[in-house]
Amino acid sequence: MLGYGFPVEHFKMGLALKPHAITIDSGSTDSGPQKLGLGEMTCSREAYVKDIEVLLEAQQATRIPVLISSAGGDGTNLHVDVFRDIVTEIARRRGWHFKVASIYSDIDKSHIARELKAGRIEPLGPVPPLDPREVEAATVVVAQMGAEPFVKALDESPGGVDVILAGRSYDPSPTAAMAIRAGFDPALAWHMGKIMECGALCAEPVGRTVMGWLRHDHFEIEPLNPAERCTTASVAAHTLYEKTHPFLLAGPGGTLDLSQCRYEQVTDRRVRVSGSKFIPSDPYTVKLEGAKTAGWRSIFIAGARDPIFIAQIDAILDEVLANTRAYFADVPPETYRLIPHLYGKNGVMGDLEPVKVPAHELCIILEVAAATQALATAICNKARTSLMHAPYPGRIATAGNIASPFTPLEIPLGQACTFNVYHLMKVDSPTALFPIRHEEI
Amino acid sequence: MAPVPTPLRDIAKVVRSKNAGPFEITLDIVFKTRADFDAVRESGVITKELVSELYNVPTQNIITFGFFELVNAVKITLPRPRAQGGIGETDMHAAQQHVPLQEIRVPWPAA
Repeated sequence: MLGYGFPVEHFKMGLALKPHAITIDSGSTDSGPQKLGLGEMTCSREAYVKDIEVLLEAQQATRIPVLISSAGGDGTNLHVDVFRDIVTEIARRRGWHFKVASIYSDIDKSHIARELKAGRIEPLGPVPPLDPREVEAATVVVAQMGAEPFVKALDESPGGVDVILAGRSYDPSPTAAMAIRAGFDPALAWHMGKIMECGALCAEPVGRTVMGWLRHDHFEIEPLNPAERCTTASVAAHTLYEKTHPFLLAGPGGTLDLSQCRYEQVTDRRVRVSGSKFIPSDPYTVKLEGAKTAGWRSIFIAGARDPIFIAQIDAILDEVLANTRAYFADVPPETYRLIPHLYGKNGVMGDLEPVKVPAHELCIILEVAAATQALATAICNKARTSLMHAPYPGRIATAGNIASPFTPLEIPLGQACTFNVYHLMKVDSPTALFPIRHEEI
Repeated sequence: MAPVPTPLRDIAKVVRSKNAGPFEITLDIVFKTRADFDAVRESGVITKELVSELYNVPTQNIITFGFFELVNAVKITLPRPRAQGGIGETDMHAAQQHVPLQEIRVPWPAA
């Protein structure tokens, strides 16, 4: 992941093996909806400058292209332009020049509305059908590009391209694009890309950087850190990680089928893979991702240690929340939420928690979501003071019920966000939704 | 030696949970050897019905459930109770939802 830092010495060992491209993904929905919802990036601008400068220096030395995907984490146009600014700033400072292609992936909401009406958008997995009001509510909607926009960016520029800065992309797209453009089997290209985009997650022990060698009927994979090794088991098991299915991996334009793959140990650190299949979808589909803001949150954090109190915690909290709601009777009840998190009881697993007896001490977090920050904090304050002094049967600790570790006692969390678009859209062309801008920097 | 009920945490190499996109959670049980994988499969303990009970998900809503020989692993994918990272989230990366699987007991030769 771009911005997380990577071991430069291992990267240089990789460069010494004369690769044809440097590809790096920076995208993920893993850390939540607030990036798309609020325009935040996964890492700080400084962290991106640091990593991108290492990549650009390698580009200057080797003249191979650098392909960066899902700029800023969510891959919005805004963040492609932040990356473009970073490249410009580094180029000026170091006296370097690059032919840069920026590929954008924000999708116009009116286009989505038309396609929705035409029945060309459907849910991806356990998601409700897309409501046009959700499209309107989303801060921004991006589509995940496949390999085609990268291939197009490389093909259409007569003088070549040094750096591609792409919006939201399927993680293996840049690697697969280089390979497919050079005439290799798309199935092997996607499979190798899928493994390489996670760095040396396919190694034992798990590492950071890997090298891939693609040939016409197989590919080979080996970690750059000599202390790590790829084994047939570690490479085969890699596609389990955070995927819906171990062998069927759906992406832009088709599904990668790994059920017939062969994994062979070539050296004690290198594995050969063959037998990957790619089943194109007809028509071509892309994934849409969007998030909206969903009010403002405040929390309080409190400890409880008294066994008489802990034994009655559910009933006490019910009453505290009811009292809080009664106090805010003028606020429409459907416009705010009060959600207790009880660590030491079921804070991690909620209703699925198999252990029913609470621990000897509890951490109580009350999450309050409301229409404004001020209201969320006011509700949170009322609930906290009410919990502090709530009477309960058998109470002998009459000075206070909870231990508060932090000030402010009510902590404002800012805006909450929620993913609200996660759908597949049929497209006529894999490239038409993704405009490309070429320039010299 | 007579087999004793043994929790999966003492048998498997990996028992983990993770988000798979913002709307799914996926659970992996990876075994050390093919023999362990086969023995657990043949025990018949791990079923869709058990998963349905442990995770309070109707069997027809289970997205993936299977024993996959190529990787000596059981893979289970379920819908998340709510979209990842929204109001009321308790586990953004769904990284700590594997514990009920660790506790599944399988008849196993005494150590």
